Amino acid sequence: MRKGNISLTLSYLMLIILAIGFLYPAIWVVMSSLRVGDSLFSDSLIPKQLTFIHYRDLFIEQSDKQVFFMRWFWNTLKIATTSMVLGTFIQILTAYSISRFRFYGRKTIMSLILILGMFPGFMSMIAIYIILLQLNLLNTPYALILVYTAGAALHMFVAKGFFDTIPHSLAESAQLDGASHMDVFMKIMLPLSKPMITYISLTTFTGAWVDFIFARLILRSRENWTLAVGLYELVNSYSSTEFTLFAAGAVLSSIPIAILFLFLQRFLIEGITAGANKG
Amino acid sequence: MGKHAKMAALLSVLFMGIGQLYNKQIIKGIIFILTEILALYLMVTMLIEKIYGLITLGSVPTHLEKVGRVYVNIPGDHSIFMLLEGLISLIILLLFISMYVSNIKDAYKNGQLREKGLNAPNFHNTIRNINDNSFPYAMLFIPGLGILLFTIVPIIFMIFLAFTNYTAPNHIPPKSLVDWVGLSTFKDLLFLKQWKNTIIGVSMWTIVWAVLSTFTCYLGGILVALLIQQKRIKFKVMWRMIYIIPYAIPQFISLLVMRNMLNYQFGPINQYLRYFGLGGLPWLNDPFWAKVTIIIVNMWIGIPSSMLLTIGLLGNIPKDLYEAADVDGASKFAKFRSITLPYILFATAPLLIMSFAFNINNFNVIYLLTEGLPANGDYVFAGSTDLLVTWLYKLALDNQRYNIASAVGLIVFILIASLSIYNFRRTKSYKEEDMVQ
Repeated sequence: MRKGNISLTLSYLMLIILAIGFLYPAIWVVMSSLRVGDSLFSDSLIPKQLTFIHYRDLFIEQSDKQVFFMRWFWNTLKIATTSMVLGTFIQILTAYSISRFRFYGRKTIMSLILILGMFPGFMSMIAIYIILLQLNLLNTPYALILVYTAGAALHMFVAKGFFDTIPHSLAESAQLDGASHMDVFMKIMLPLSKPMITYISLTTFTGAWVDFIFARLILRSRENWTLAVGLYELVNSYSSTEFTLFAAGAVLSSIPIAILFLFLQRFLIEGITAGANKG
Repeated sequence: MGKHAKMAALLSVLFMGIGQLYNKQIIKGIIFILTEILALYLMVTMLIEKIYGLITLGSVPTHLEKVGRVYVNIPGDHSIFMLLEGLISLIILLLFISMYVSNIKDAYKNGQLREKGLNAPNFHNTIRNINDNSFPYAMLFIPGLGILLFTIVPIIFMIFLAFTNYTAPNHIPPKSLVDWVGLSTFKDLLFLKQWKNTIIGVSMWTIVWAVLSTFTCYLGGILVALLIQQKRIKFKVMWRMIYIIPYAIPQFISLLVMRNMLNYQFGPINQYLRYFGLGGLPWLNDPFWAKVTIIIVNMWIGIPSSMLLTIGLLGNIPKDLYEAADVDGASKFAKFRSITLPYILFATAPLLIMSFAFNINNFNVIYLLTEGLPANGDYVFAGSTDLLVTWLYKLALDNQRYNIASAVGLIVFILIASLSIYNFRRTKSYKEEDMVQ
């Protein structure tokens, strides 16, 4: 019995240490955002005096610092939402076609998707940059949406695994009643795949929200930036002199994603587990 | 009778669509004829010239010309645009050729039908056939186009670039031309002393990083999950919520925050260390410590998702396995070793390879945390913590060494592609997918 208690105590001790480790950076950045002054250095974790001035500063465009936080936030939201809608649609469409139909070239397409999916798009960014230049889309949000959406189909394996588990008989009986392929997809499959759609929407939305590389490559002028580029530049160009402002920006940019994650946790776990099971 | 198939095929060889007309498929024939006319038109006006441009990459550089009394800058050929346009033209040409081949096959097939005394299907029936059999092709058309233009074309383009001399300072269009140089970029990369040092050093660190980061997150996640899921631990949901927090914060934010947190002079971590009388650690400023820091920070970011995965899997293990083990009087450790662990390892093995491949290309962690720094005097355009991908990024975007960057990209591509093919061949969804039903 005593041995059991020791191991239990040790377990709790581990859990507490880990919890501190996991929470500390988050708490620190929230506290920094509430601190008076603008430097990285602070005497204590919890500031002696709390202030919301840095949050206010984010919403007022100041002439000496070019921090267009509102615009960046709005740009990011626009790009992420549009990419989510288009990307989810394309991903579901691809997954459904490949799961449901046995057509010529199917295995080849699947291997191709798997290989290309592991190959990050940004590696061939020189070409993407030149293509976008030719299309006259550089420095526009459309370019980013196009890039995110064009690659969406490459992440279809989780959704394909999901469609694999829906019995064929369901579609077949509907087709006997005269439903077309499109009817089956829209009226039977889509309603059944709500959890999967939630998972994919969540991942494509966050994917676009947090993407740094393409945003930095494509968006050239300050007012077109997204949060990732803006906050990176804020850290880079002012480093430790505007830290509290950055902290406030970081907190505000994290909140939407954090809320989505915590509320949709169930779908995330299902999605990740499905990804592992279906390979 | 008996010659319809060959005749139709022959006619279709002569000109797309004639064989279909011969088979009395009027509308289909006309569509094919129009396609060939379009193809010929495009070839004469554009494709041939562009593909020729792909071979020469331009012959006239930007130069000064005397017009009247003054010299004017006359724009020359832009080799890189020519390369890209030539590549796209080549793909269009290949599409036309494949249509031409399928046109011959189609004429032959329908000719055979006629030999059997049947009529070739009319246009209405063809459309219905397309609706039934080609539904997946129609659905895949737009995603396919996106992948073609933004994934496949860029990759081929990158491979092409590796065989050119597109590099600063002497070969940057529109000022000057770019030429094909064969394997000389690879030779430089592998045999010139400085480049060789860099690529070997950076590759080694990339592999070490990928192995360590994959295993630390993977094992860390399993351990944390097992810790929480022990029977006697209370408040499981609360612990899980706490440990998910890093996962819910956008990665770029975590990384930028960590970068400040670990600041040598002002960061709070060093402040605490100094408070306890220990000197601050050069978290991001020393080559060795920077590598350690990157792996630790990556654990902070990666463990939560691996933990979630393990918790999900733990719930899936059939309970009767444990019951059977209890009947046999197995100890707790024996149950863990022979049931829990094999189950988790088996289920997550394919993911392990995926995340290994992902980590080879984990741009964000390196670039946002250290930017590849601290500097390394032995390397060309790379710092001590640069991975192949961040080095590639610096080569291309900061230093315009596009050909070397492309060669590095090609090496990474081969690495990743072989890993993923290996992985794919052994996944369930490839081998036995139809057995689920």
